[in-house]
Amino acid sequence: MKIDKIKKQVEKIVARAAFELPADVSRLIKKAYSVETNKRAKQALRWILDNARIAKKENLAICQDTGLPIVFLEAGSDIRVCARDIEAVKKGIESGYAKSYLRASAVGPLKRGASFYGGAVIHLDFIPGVKGLKITILPKGFGSENKSALKMFNPTVSIEAIEDFIVDAARRAGPESCPPFIVGVGIGSTADGALLLAKKALLQDLAKPNFDGNLAAMEKRILEKINRLEIGPMGLGGKTTALAVKILKAPTHIAGLPVGVNIGCHALRRATAVIK
Amino acid sequence: MKILKVPFKNREIEGLKAGDEVLLSGVIYTARDQAHQRLVSLIQASKKLPINLAGAIIYYCGPTATPKGKVIGSCGPTTSRRMDEFVESLLRGGLAGMIGKGRRSKDVRQLIKKYRAVYFLAPAGCGALLARHVVKNELVVFGDLGPEAIYRLEVKDFPVIVGIDSAGKSVYEDL
Repeated sequence: MKIDKIKKQVEKIVARAAFELPADVSRLIKKAYSVETNKRAKQALRWILDNARIAKKENLAICQDTGLPIVFLEAGSDIRVCARDIEAVKKGIESGYAKSYLRASAVGPLKRGASFYGGAVIHLDFIPGVKGLKITILPKGFGSENKSALKMFNPTVSIEAIEDFIVDAARRAGPESCPPFIVGVGIGSTADGALLLAKKALLQDLAKPNFDGNLAAMEKRILEKINRLEIGPMGLGGKTTALAVKILKAPTHIAGLPVGVNIGCHALRRATAVIK
Repeated sequence: MKILKVPFKNREIEGLKAGDEVLLSGVIYTARDQAHQRLVSLIQASKKLPINLAGAIIYYCGPTATPKGKVIGSCGPTTSRRMDEFVESLLRGGLAGMIGKGRRSKDVRQLIKKYRAVYFLAPAGCGALLARHVVKNELVVFGDLGPEAIYRLEVKDFPVIVGIDSAGKSVYEDL
């Protein structure tokens, strides 16, 4: 019973993520459009907003790169999760992608060949406060993913150096990653942990400030510095190169300070379902 | 706003300047990484190509599957830079233009100038909007590649911006 429910809910969020730009992202793009004075940048933002409207209306993917599906599962203390449930998630992804006419973007890494629906990357966390099974899909396009960055800093590095690294990662992402970006940052943990935190940072509600005052200040400074690059939408210049910067942190080792950056393009697609 | 028919019959390319907004109508061919690799292998082996490059426009795009009742799925541009290494062979073979997203290498910019070609930018991340401008969609070759096959698209008023003009000037000069 639960297996079928999982599969159906996953199919629903696969479609929703592909067709509907999240409200917090859309709001920031509209704001960027209203303050933009550069003619080309304004046109690019107009295209982005029209595209979101058309995608939702016609059930067409916002972007043809419907991504490698990344799934974040959060299980509370009131349910049991086992391997069969994970298999149901994977099946829901494959059937969801097929039913919604999305793109087969997964391939074997070396031999390549014909692409297929799938290649899902699944994360499972057990969180005491959560009720039921919360499933979030983040279909990640690779124009942005290809610009991921990691630096293993010395523990004595200055905050400024960390911020410069993040700004530089955004600069190197450039027009190819479809600005305006949402920049996810992970500070601490291990190398892979920092990059995962950076990815999880993209799940955060862009309308809510970071509850950590220090990180909130860093986010604000980094966002200002990135926007001063004036790369703009499609790299055509303008006031908005990034819509938001989100930072997550975790304890790390006394000998290190990993910092991971994951760039989200303006089509930051995510959708959530909860199975009780 | 310039309105152009593709493939180009005359030297309309010469009149295009970096930053110009253009609406394209006519035929373009999709091709990305794998298709480019195969095309260039055929050129190097002096074999006949499955598409006529003379005056053609290639669109760096791998569309989604086509929903029922639609001509094409979501079909926005992919990152052009990955195809930079294949550009020379194709320009030499007569390719007139490319449509994609983002910057090209300095070498490609010089090749575009040398061959008096043009590079257009399509609205990045706007596959649903661009789908409205595709009136016909046919598989040409390399069907085993699925989204990476070569498709012949008939487009109407397909919005693009001149990214690099035939004088080698780029909108991305400052980046």
